[in-house]
Amino acid sequence: MTDDAVSAEEVRHVAELARVDLTDEEVDQFTRQFADVLEYFDSLDEVPEVDREADLTNVMRPDEERDSLDRAEALRNAPETEDGYFKGPNVS
Amino acid sequence: MSENVFITEETIEGADDGPLVGKSVAVKDNISTEGVRTTCGSRMLEEYVPPYDATAVSRLKEAGATIVGKANMDEFGMGSTTETSHFGATENPAAPGRVPGGSSGGSAAAVAAGEADLALGSDTGGSIRCPAAFCGVVGIKPTYGLVSRYGLVAYGNSLEQIGPFANSVEDAAALLDVVAGSDERDATTREPQLEGASYADAATGDVDGLTIGVPTELLEGADEGVVETFWDAIADLEAQGAEYREVSLPSVDHAVEAYYVIAMSEASSNLARFDGVRYGHDVESGGNWNETFSQARKEGFGDEVKRRILLGTYALSAGYHDKYYKKAQDARAWVKQDFDEALEEADVLASPTMPVPPFERGESLEDPLQMYLADANTVPVNLADLPAISVPAGETDGLPVGLQLVGPAFGEERLIRTASALE
Repeated sequence: MTDDAVSAEEVRHVAELARVDLTDEEVDQFTRQFADVLEYFDSLDEVPEVDREADLTNVMRPDEERDSLDRAEALRNAPETEDGYFKGPNVS
Repeated sequence: MSENVFITEETIEGADDGPLVGKSVAVKDNISTEGVRTTCGSRMLEEYVPPYDATAVSRLKEAGATIVGKANMDEFGMGSTTETSHFGATENPAAPGRVPGGSSGGSAAAVAAGEADLALGSDTGGSIRCPAAFCGVVGIKPTYGLVSRYGLVAYGNSLEQIGPFANSVEDAAALLDVVAGSDERDATTREPQLEGASYADAATGDVDGLTIGVPTELLEGADEGVVETFWDAIADLEAQGAEYREVSLPSVDHAVEAYYVIAMSEASSNLARFDGVRYGHDVESGGNWNETFSQARKEGFGDEVKRRILLGTYALSAGYHDKYYKKAQDARAWVKQDFDEALEEADVLASPTMPVPPFERGESLEDPLQMYLADANTVPVNLADLPAISVPAGETDGLPVGLQLVGPAFGEERLIRTASALE
């Protein structure tokens, strides 16, 4: 492993940013695998700067009122709702 | 269902008349079907029932097709074997004991096993072409923007397209005719610019005078038997009046790393929506907002999905963005340039779809990097936004080999014409 290889600490930090709880075994496994994958990604250093000539056109539509998904339908997959709203966990 | 082709078997009848009346279609389980659960092969969405149809599904129904089930897939499209599905692996009907490829493995296997006449899959980095090659069927990855992604659960949305599978090029083209075209719900879409009456009409097998470019980089390191089968197919096309020449795509040596950086970065953002509040796997953690989300995502996602979300988060994080994401975008622009230049020298580009025959089951799961490298020939096409088709080219040691043809943007008819010459 090189000095640049990812540490268990970094894997835990990224997992926290991404809101994915990991077991200790997963941290070990990912630390090992990420070192391989990131070492491979390092060869992107060899890529020259390239001008990007995107030939794109904006697609617009009139800003008109129209029907959207029915509220009951939108809530149907939610585990918890209250008074027609989604109900989430406590913020703190 | 010995092959475990479907996650959900459900019959959805289409209209009474239309071009697909009497045809059965399997739909990959990341394409939304109103009232029929759409799991993406994930525990996260095990009980998710979409309140609306994807545009591609609406078009199937209007065309009179009968949907026969939601096909198995790698979780959220992340894999090349259909083994990362929460609902178990799918068998390869054309090569028992081997994987069907992925991520649209259930779709390809459904067609190969005769469980459906046609199928829809999605292709972010090869997820239609890889299983088509491994299962010995035809698969088309359309030009970015030809088929609406409305209702497709997003993984890498700058790369992916919905596309057809069938046992013949003409049938796959006929399904493309139904799903292609602009949709006001997906602003990246546009109408096909057809030279003929339809994509299906292009399946004439006429390759007289056609120039086929063979990018030498896409043959390097490929399995010997695969390469031999590939050259036999090129010889077949030559015998029918085509000529071939070698071309070079120097940028593709960096395509796999560029693809994975971009796809994982987009995945980390797209999959942030799965928190178990509006839909999806929920938990009773008793903790705060962040703890509850982290727990739901720990339980709801499998290993490969977690890996890609974390690597994508890493690649986009402060201090690494320029090193990984920005360089990957440079590589993407370079790959596009290379394809444009090669397609000035040749009408279509040909390579083996996959550099190897179908893997044995379980072979690639422990070493993610090895699995990523197997996508070397398919991912450059997504980076370049171009159309491609995988058509059966023959066998090596009794295992199916696919030939990939790549054409200019919105040049699907040319690919269909060329591929049909191999049938």
